[in-house]
Amino acid sequence: MHELSIAYSLAEIAVEAAEEAGLKQVKALYVKLGVLSGVAKEALLFSFDVAIQGTPLEGARLIVEEVPVKVFCPDCQEARILPAPFPMRCPVCGGKTGQVLEGREMELSALEGGDSNAGDGIYPADCGNSSEYPEEK
Amino acid sequence: MQETASTPRIVEIRQNILKKNDLLAARLRKRFHQAGVYVVNLVSSPGAGKTTFLTEVLSRLAERYKVAALVGDLATDHDAERLRQSGARVKQITTGTVCHLEAEMIERSLEDWDLSDIDFLFIENVGNLVCPAGYDLGENRRVVLFSVTEGEDKPMKYPTIVNSADESIITKMDMAELAGFQRDRFYDSIYKVRPGISVYEVSARTGEGIGEWISRLEAEKRAFQQRAGTL
Repeated sequence: MHELSIAYSLAEIAVEAAEEAGLKQVKALYVKLGVLSGVAKEALLFSFDVAIQGTPLEGARLIVEEVPVKVFCPDCQEARILPAPFPMRCPVCGGKTGQVLEGREMELSALEGGDSNAGDGIYPADCGNSSEYPEEK
Repeated sequence: MQETASTPRIVEIRQNILKKNDLLAARLRKRFHQAGVYVVNLVSSPGAGKTTFLTEVLSRLAERYKVAALVGDLATDHDAERLRQSGARVKQITTGTVCHLEAEMIERSLEDWDLSDIDFLFIENVGNLVCPAGYDLGENRRVVLFSVTEGEDKPMKYPTIVNSADESIITKMDMAELAGFQRDRFYDSIYKVRPGISVYEVSARTGEGIGEWISRLEAEKRAFQQRAGTL
């Protein structure tokens, strides 16, 4: 199970990306997981709550979008979405293809946050004390 | 205060979650290229015969090249001990509880090695067919090994790693008959998840297929160096 390592990496880049984007609070992380990424969604969701403890992300939600395998079919000259990760055959003409266009993603696609916290907006931006962050409503 | 101040805002990020590992791996790859080191990352489940295969390969290559190996395990340095019998330079990476090798572990292990003094570097990953898939180690080739005792449909059970590999090796071919290994079923299974992948059949015990595999590896190293202009 490597999802915990991945959750820590995710938390790390999300904290940096939030800072760069000037988000003072992160409410949700949007992640794309390809079915060929080798990451189990349930395990990542579980690990995520552990990884964000004590970080500025604490309380944020993880929203996972699973990306199916998309291959390029050399016979049809078309991109095709596979109903399952294998067989790697074009679902239309049945031709073999190993050219994977999508489905390997393991990507932080977006962050949802605000420039100030919801409510009265009086929390200092860089208080660094996680107890100051409001609870999820 | 304006309502907009507290309105949730979506910011597009689009970054690979393993960005740090990817950056480190890219740095490693550049160093390997510049020093002319050809790097092979071996992945398989525990017991597929990575260490036995590698010991045989290292022994043969050591006659003509400067070879080195890094070997990852959760605990013990037994595999490094076994690999050292080949005469190659070997270092054990003990990962503790981590189920795969990461680029950072490779970089750290290479600190006191002079890369210009290595022709081939083999990385024996932690025995695991799931977790190493996402971690680029800066290798030239990723090889996934299956043994004849594992069941012919194993590639289909682990499509992710097969899809991340450049080639596959079937080990313990000397036991194929005894194990009732059905060649066609294996090929059918691996081609379902990765049509056209190169497959090599070897036995470290009898030496079957090892020479051919090495010849091809040598050819690839030459071709790679010609492309990189370091030959």
